[in-house]
Amino acid sequence: MAASHAEKTHAAPAAPQGGGPRKGTVAVRVVGRPDSLEQRIYLPEVVKGLGVTAKHFFANLFSRKYTVTVEYPEQKVKYPPRNRGLHRLMHREDGEVRCVACMLCPTVCPAHCITIVPEETGNGNEKRPKVFEIDELRCVVCGLCVEACPCDAIRMDTGEHATAVDFRADAILGKLDLLKRGAASTAVQGGVGGDWRAKADKTRDETP
Amino acid sequence: MVFGMPTPDEIVSGAARELRSRPQFPPGFGEDADDDAPLPTEPMTINMGPSHPAMHGTVRIILTVDGETVKEADVQVGYLHRCFEKEAEYATYTQVFPYTDRLNYVSPLLNNVGFAMAAEKLLGISDKIPERAQYIRVLIGEISRITDHLTCVGASGMEVGAFTPFLWMIKCREWLWELLEELTGARLTHSYVRIGGVAADLTDNFAQRLRDVLAKCREAMVDVEKLIVKNRIFRDRMDGVAVISAEEAVAYGWTGPCLRSTGVPYDVRKDHPYLVYDRFDFDVPVGSTGDNYDRFAVRMEEMRQSMRILEQALDQIPAGPFKLDDPRISLPPKSQVYNTIEGMIGHFKQIVDGVKIPPGEAYSYTEGGNGELGFYLVSDGTGRPYRCHVRAPCFILMQSVPKLIIGAGVADIIPTFGMINMIGGECDR
Repeated sequence: MAASHAEKTHAAPAAPQGGGPRKGTVAVRVVGRPDSLEQRIYLPEVVKGLGVTAKHFFANLFSRKYTVTVEYPEQKVKYPPRNRGLHRLMHREDGEVRCVACMLCPTVCPAHCITIVPEETGNGNEKRPKVFEIDELRCVVCGLCVEACPCDAIRMDTGEHATAVDFRADAILGKLDLLKRGAASTAVQGGVGGDWRAKADKTRDETP
Repeated sequence: MVFGMPTPDEIVSGAARELRSRPQFPPGFGEDADDDAPLPTEPMTINMGPSHPAMHGTVRIILTVDGETVKEADVQVGYLHRCFEKEAEYATYTQVFPYTDRLNYVSPLLNNVGFAMAAEKLLGISDKIPERAQYIRVLIGEISRITDHLTCVGASGMEVGAFTPFLWMIKCREWLWELLEELTGARLTHSYVRIGGVAADLTDNFAQRLRDVLAKCREAMVDVEKLIVKNRIFRDRMDGVAVISAEEAVAYGWTGPCLRSTGVPYDVRKDHPYLVYDRFDFDVPVGSTGDNYDRFAVRMEEMRQSMRILEQALDQIPAGPFKLDDPRISLPPKSQVYNTIEGMIGHFKQIVDGVKIPPGEAYSYTEGGNGELGFYLVSDGTGRPYRCHVRAPCFILMQSVPKLIIGAGVADIIPTFGMINMIGGECDR
């Protein structure tokens, strides 16, 4: 198709929207419209087309060169590390929930799918979620909650996607469901200790 | 007036004999074997869509046909309306990004980029975005343009009977989407771009993966062209169908590949360069006739040009930050949020209040998959848009569909509509 193109230049209108220097002309390429006798008499091109499909057929028959099929229930494609799946709540060193009920994730959630009811821990300096529910039916899996969390408590890197449920209520994950998938967080937090700056550089800076 | 056979009820009740008002065949019709005698026909109204496979479930065309010829067409859009613009007024600027994913859902990242650039224009930081972020935006935008065109060309080819190219092109799209999934964390609803940059840096092996995928896509596109470019079935359905002149196309407000098919070389990336598009060497493909075949050929060539841009961008991309280092605009790094009070305060302020944009209004336009994708934002100084309007390219293309299909055959609607590439999410917003 690109075989029969002609180059010409076209004076572009001025006034760039913003950005740096620009070229004065626009390289224009007229797309070709192949029109040949063999195309008109139909059969040669049909044979050529069949040649292409035959190439694919035999290549797939002997080496599976062009096939991309994954035999799904037996083979499963592993999700990439950044994949956003079901949520989980991370643990502190003592196994308690890391979340401090700061309410940033329900604030930032565009789908309003997170419900948090905070409670006192008895510590005086801390609070924690009494109720932490995520409605996975409402969740749009945008990942803004993970980005908003200031203490690495909520993550979406479980590698599981929301499965089918029998009842809508089953899709609402409570605090225990979310903690079950969780693990101890390695994020360095609080700024305590002399070497926190060195340690902090190693923590996750990116939360896609 | 009803023409035709009596209904079964009318036959049973004997009413059929009484229907004198129905048009009758001329006396002696069929006896003199005069095949040139005009058949008494009258226009018939049929509904095409919304539940028609070629209408995407999102458009209804009320056609008045005379035989196979379209006499009138009433295009009705809005079946996918979900109040994007109103919802945006109640969301912070960051929260709008998941909504923009769902505008043109075959090239979501182009919408992400378009919205981010509108907000940045309003903030006056368009020239402060880190270079690496701009290159990443070009990369993801051009990948999205390729997926957009692959879907459009593949699906339209399938609708006129070429099923194999569809499978091959969707295979290519799948490779590109796998790449984007690795980068952004989602296949379709990426929500990857942020005001001031992007959400995360490129993955380590992104450049090599992308080069591999592009090589495979090029190979597949050659095979696709061998199958359909000279295939007479395909060409007969596309050539000379739905021709529009350059003047008319401009008058209708056409942009993008459809406008370029008429020979007008308007491309926002060339004529009003944004991001770093002025650093790349690429051509603007234009057609010569303005028919469906030209729209197909322009899209095929644009994919090749996008691949050229991608390779140049991979060569040129500099190291550096991937988002603006300003706690008022982009979130501070997590290590600062976890450990410093300044980072924590900046983080909370931005999440709770949103990115505060000074009062004003701005219209920013980028080259989307279907044409000029514009975002018009009005800010009242808070963290939420006062008004957000989308100039959706295919909404403007849709207004000319009646002009294109009136006078054509019913079967010509399918390739015409396919080559307009109307995307419900963007058109109806």
